Amino acid sequence: MPMQPFENFRGTVVPLDRANVDTDAIIPKQFLKSIARTGFGPNLFDEWRYLDQGEPGQDCANRPLNPDFVLNDPKYADATILLTRHNFGCGSSREHAPWALADYGFKVLIAPSFADIFHQNAIKNGLLPIVLDEAIVDRLFELATDSDEPLTIDVDLHNLKLDADGHGTIEIDIDPFHHHCLIHGLDDIGLTLTHGDEIAAYEDRRRAEAPWLFG
Amino acid sequence: MPTPRTLYDKIWDDHVVRTDEHGTSLLYVDRQLVHEVTSPQAFEGLRLAGRKPRRPEANLAVPDHNVPTTDRHLGIVDPISRIQVEQLTANCREFGIRLFDMADKRQGIVHVIGPEEGFTLPGITMVCGDSHTSTHGAFGALAFGVGTSEVEHVLATQCLLQKKSKSMLVSVDGQLGRGVTAKDIVLAVIGEIGTAGGTGHVVEYGGDAIYALSMEGRMTVCNMSIEAGARAGLIGIDETTIDYVRGRPMAPQGELFEQAAEYWRSLNSDPGAEYDRVVHIDAASIRPQVTWGTSPEMVLPVDGSVPNPVEIADPVKSGSYRHALAYMGLEPGTPLAEIPLDKVFIGSCTNGRIEDLRAAADVARGHKVADTIKLAMVVPGSGLVKAQAEAEGLDKIFTEAGFEWREPGCSMCLAMNADRLEPGERCASTSNRNFEGRQGQGGRTHLVSPAMAAAAAIHGRFVDVREV
Repeated sequence: MPMQPFENFRGTVVPLDRANVDTDAIIPKQFLKSIARTGFGPNLFDEWRYLDQGEPGQDCANRPLNPDFVLNDPKYADATILLTRHNFGCGSSREHAPWALADYGFKVLIAPSFADIFHQNAIKNGLLPIVLDEAIVDRLFELATDSDEPLTIDVDLHNLKLDADGHGTIEIDIDPFHHHCLIHGLDDIGLTLTHGDEIAAYEDRRRAEAPWLFG
Repeated sequence: MPTPRTLYDKIWDDHVVRTDEHGTSLLYVDRQLVHEVTSPQAFEGLRLAGRKPRRPEANLAVPDHNVPTTDRHLGIVDPISRIQVEQLTANCREFGIRLFDMADKRQGIVHVIGPEEGFTLPGITMVCGDSHTSTHGAFGALAFGVGTSEVEHVLATQCLLQKKSKSMLVSVDGQLGRGVTAKDIVLAVIGEIGTAGGTGHVVEYGGDAIYALSMEGRMTVCNMSIEAGARAGLIGIDETTIDYVRGRPMAPQGELFEQAAEYWRSLNSDPGAEYDRVVHIDAASIRPQVTWGTSPEMVLPVDGSVPNPVEIADPVKSGSYRHALAYMGLEPGTPLAEIPLDKVFIGSCTNGRIEDLRAAADVARGHKVADTIKLAMVVPGSGLVKAQAEAEGLDKIFTEAGFEWREPGCSMCLAMNADRLEPGERCASTSNRNFEGRQGQGGRTHLVSPAMAAAAAIHGRFVDVREV
C-alpha cells in the first residue's frame, strides 16, 4: 500500500516510562481477529488503558479508564509523539501494533532502541521511529514530566532534526533508504516491481543452480 | 584464499538480487508460510492494486492461531475468528495458494508443518507473518518474521528489501546435564544476553551441545531467538539435518535430493569466519529454567528465588522488575519451587513436537495431575504430531494422568481461541512469551520445558525435574 509522505510537524509528547513494551501490550491478541487495517486506535494499550476486559466490537467511549495510565492523563490528551524506553515493540511481528499507534494519532516514536520487526513495520506505515541516546531520552523524560504543560517538539524529518521547545536542537539519524521512502511516501512494492527483469534473471540463474527450489 | 564466510554470509550472498547505493538489498525469498491472522490485509492489498502472487507455489497456508482445540466438528464458535479463517480459505482459492484447512490431517502450527512437510529446506530464505519464523533456522535456513506489508511484498515480488544484519555466534560448549533440554538452553541464553541482546543480529548457534540436539531440539532453540531480539537464529547443516529432510513430501527426492544435500553441506560457516559478537555458554552449567517475570529474560534456574528489585542498580530495570512482580503477584525472595500453579499448558511452536510430547509423557507416566491444578492440557503442534503421539500411546499416558488431550493449533500460547487463563491464574507453559496478558488478560505465565511442565502438573508447583 502506498503511504502518505511524512510532513514536518509540531506535536506534543506523552512519556511512557517502561522498557521492553511488547506488541501484546501495544495491541492485545483479541483485536488481531480483524481483517481490516484500520480501527485499532481505541484498543491501543488496551489492558493498561481500561479497567475492564477489552473485546472486539465494544464501544470504547463508555469503558472505564485506568486513571493511572499516562495516555489517560488530560495533559497528554493530544500527544502525537510517544516517548518511551529501550526495546519498544519487542515480541510478535503483528503490524497491528503500528496500525494501532498510527490510528490513535501518533506520528513519531522516540526511544533508545526498537525491536527490529516493529521498527520495519513502523516505517512501512509512515510512522517515524527515532533512536536517541539514553541520556537524551532521560532528558526528554524530565522535560515532558517537569512542567504542567506538555513538551512540544518540532519534528523536521527533511533536515533530520528535532527542536524540543526551545531546549535545543537534537540531530536525528535514520537509514537513508527509510528517509527517502518516508519523505516521498513511496509504494515499495511498486519500486521493487521496477526491478522485475533482475528478479527474473536471478530466478533463471537460481533454477539452474538449485533446481529443487523450483519443482 | 577466499575470505572465510559464515553460514549467514553464504545464504545471504546466494539470495541477493541487487543492492542499491544505500546498501539496501533486494533479497530473494524462496518460501513463505501464511496463516490467517497476518495475511488478510496483504491479500486485500494485492486485490486493491490489481496484483497477483509472483509464485503462488512458493507459499503454503494453514489456519493455526484461531482454531479451536476441542469439538472441531462444530466449527469455530467465535464469529470473528471464524470469518478470519474463512477469509484465509477464500484468499487462497482466489490467489491459487496451497492450503491445509482445519479438516486436513496435516493442519497444525505453521512452524511445525513447514519442517514436517519438507516445505522448509536447508539453505533457503523463508519468511512468514509471524515472529517465530526463526524456528526454521534450525535447518540452516535464513528464516525470519515479517509484518503484513512485507507478506504482501513477498507475495507480489518474491523479494524483500533488506539490509544485512550483524552476526553473532552463541556457542553452547560441552554437554548438557541429565534432564536439561533445548528449552533450558535457549532460556539460559536469553537470561544471559537479555531480551534485546540479539537486536540487529542474526544469531548462529554452535558448540557441541547444539549439534547433539535432535532437529526438534534445534527448532526449539531457534524458535526463541526472537525472544532475545534476533530476527533469525541459525544452526549449521549436518547429517541430522539432512536425515530429517530426506523423504519429506515436499522435499526434493532421489537424485535431486543428493544434489541438494551436496549444496547444503557446503553452506556451513568456514573455519576462521568472523562474527560481530561471540558468546560462550558452558552447557554443563545450565540447570532447568523457570521464568518468574513478564519478559523471557526474567528467568532463573528452578532452585532460584524471586529477585528483589531493590537490589537492582539500574533504575529502568529495577522499575521493570517491580512492575513484573506486581503483575505476577510474587514477593521477592520466594523460592521458585514454592510457587503454586493453577494451569499447565504443553504445546506451541516452541514445544509442540513429538519429542516434546515424549519428554512430557515420560514424566507423567503412572502419575496423576495434582488436585490443585484446574486444567492441564496437551496441544500437539500438528495433526501429524497428534497421530504419531497416539500411535505411540502418549495420549493414553496423558489422559490417564488427568491431562486433556486436544486438537492441534497455537492454543493457549497466545489465547486467540477459547483456550486462555482467567485473571490472576498462574500457568506453567511450554510456550515462548510470558508477556502481560499473553495467555489471557491478567494471566500469569511461567515458561518452562515440557518435562518441567509435566512435573509441575503432577506436583502442583515447580519441581526440579532432575529430582523426580
